[in-house]
Amino acid sequence: MKKIIALAEHRQGELRDITWEVVSKGRQLAEVMGAEVEVVLLGKGVKKLAETLKPKAKRVLLVEDDRLEAFNSETYQKVLTQLITERKPFLTLIGHTAMGMDIAPALSAQLKMPLATDCIGVDVAGESFALTRQLYGGKVNAAVSFLKNGPYMITLRSGGFPVVEKEPFPGEIVSVPSPLTDEGLAKRFLQFVEAAVGEVDITQADVLVSVGRGIKEADNIPLVKELADILGGVLSCSRPVVDKKWLPKDRQVGTSGKTVKPKVYIAIGISGAFQHVAGMKGAGTVIAINKDPKAPIFGVANYGIVADLFKFVPVLKEKLKELKKS
Amino acid sequence: MNIIVCVKRVPETADADVVIDKSGKDIERSGLVFDLNEWDNYAIEEAIMLKEKTGGTVTVISMGGEDSNESLRKCLAMGADDAVRLTDPAFAGSDGFATAKVLAEAVRKIPYDLVFAGVQAEDDGFGQVGVTLAEILGIPHVSLVNSLEVQDKKMKVHRELEGGLEEVVEVDLPAVLTIQTGINQPRYVSIMGIRKVAKKEIKALGVSDLNLKAEEVGVPGSYIQLEKIFLPPVGEGAQMLDGKPEEIASKVFGILKDKGGLT
Repeated sequence: MKKIIALAEHRQGELRDITWEVVSKGRQLAEVMGAEVEVVLLGKGVKKLAETLKPKAKRVLLVEDDRLEAFNSETYQKVLTQLITERKPFLTLIGHTAMGMDIAPALSAQLKMPLATDCIGVDVAGESFALTRQLYGGKVNAAVSFLKNGPYMITLRSGGFPVVEKEPFPGEIVSVPSPLTDEGLAKRFLQFVEAAVGEVDITQADVLVSVGRGIKEADNIPLVKELADILGGVLSCSRPVVDKKWLPKDRQVGTSGKTVKPKVYIAIGISGAFQHVAGMKGAGTVIAINKDPKAPIFGVANYGIVADLFKFVPVLKEKLKELKKS
Repeated sequence: MNIIVCVKRVPETADADVVIDKSGKDIERSGLVFDLNEWDNYAIEEAIMLKEKTGGTVTVISMGGEDSNESLRKCLAMGADDAVRLTDPAFAGSDGFATAKVLAEAVRKIPYDLVFAGVQAEDDGFGQVGVTLAEILGIPHVSLVNSLEVQDKKMKVHRELEGGLEEVVEVDLPAVLTIQTGINQPRYVSIMGIRKVAKKEIKALGVSDLNLKAEEVGVPGSYIQLEKIFLPPVGEGAQMLDGKPEEIASKVFGILKDKGGLT
């Protein structure tokens, strides 16, 4: 029977959300193809995690080794190369995350296995798959196909696939021996560094006024800060603003920043790249101001305003001040 | 420290009105401004800062048509020593894997301690070329690097993970690092600076110069191909607020009042 392997991702003792997405998608594809879905879990002392994964797949392939305590693409690659060579899955699914981006391209090249990265859609198409990816920061979608025969490897965009609750599997946990030895590594994990704590905690705010690339320069930030002050809200931002050092990292909303759930989120000059949206889709009401009517942010906002922020925000500030008084 | 930086010239689409062209496989490119891929801009800056600290050379390579010379000259103006353009009709249609194969053969011709690439490109966003390149070269890699420090024959680097978390990794050289945006503040390049390097020779290498066969690159050497592009489905989408700015502002006030946005 054909097999689909889904790679579990965990960090600091916890399975990451992407794992459920990858396993759920693996199961859905397996059902269409008449295949079996197996989850691969690598780590040290992760039996408990294997137990939670057990009902989600036909079996859990567990590789435990002290050398797998922290993620390292070098050790992961050695283990996965052997495992994939032995189990011969038709498809290997990995999250397009900091971990997946570090392992999948190298693994695919070593195994000479066709790879499609950061997919937001995967459908069975005969003996292959029809894929959907995004181009130009999400402004355009692309239908993509494999040019070679399988087996295949696909990395899935985090947050791009639903986790579908289905009848649990009886499941089984199969321990697979680790091929790792004490042979030296070219790359060594040293430690984690936690995010620095800032002056404000944007995850606790009821109202966030968030600013993006459209603000153009650091000197324009006060325009938006004043709007936040009028509303009694907190100023946050998207990645480009932090990259350019206009605001500190603790103000960043998105995949590599914070996940926020304010009652109201006002996005100003933010195009709505996926990495940003992933951090704010839990907001109650989203109001977006952007000069580009095709900006992806309007696809996730509740209310949209197509306007030049430098013209509209000053008007909005005055009006809000006036109406708040009355 | 001899560093090779892989760069790409891409259209700037963040603020542009993107239109699908007649072929249905690409966007309308006329009217768009092209520049160095944002990630690569940080990668070249990081390489030049390292060179300024430790000595050595920075060589910048790019796969692309003659237009790519513009981006390569920008890198030279920033402080790179040499630029090489990889160009051949056979390269057309290369996916991330085929691109990495071409880059690998070019890298093998140049002495290096380090190879930098951007984490991903703004256009196709594969996020795979640098790591694939390392595997083909048979050297270690670290992806998503947002700070680095050279220590003799090895480096200590920070990788950006999710949610503000980072991990610190030690890697032996030579290695490939994929550079994340925000790692530094790329220097500004003046028109004068570009003019100064206008005459500098940019070598062009093709399939035969790189010991590659035509079937290893382009579409025949790729794993995936693009069938067509389309605008993303908008879903429900936002309710658009129209009218004069003052009227819209009043509507926003109403929404804020209603949804708990006034505290």
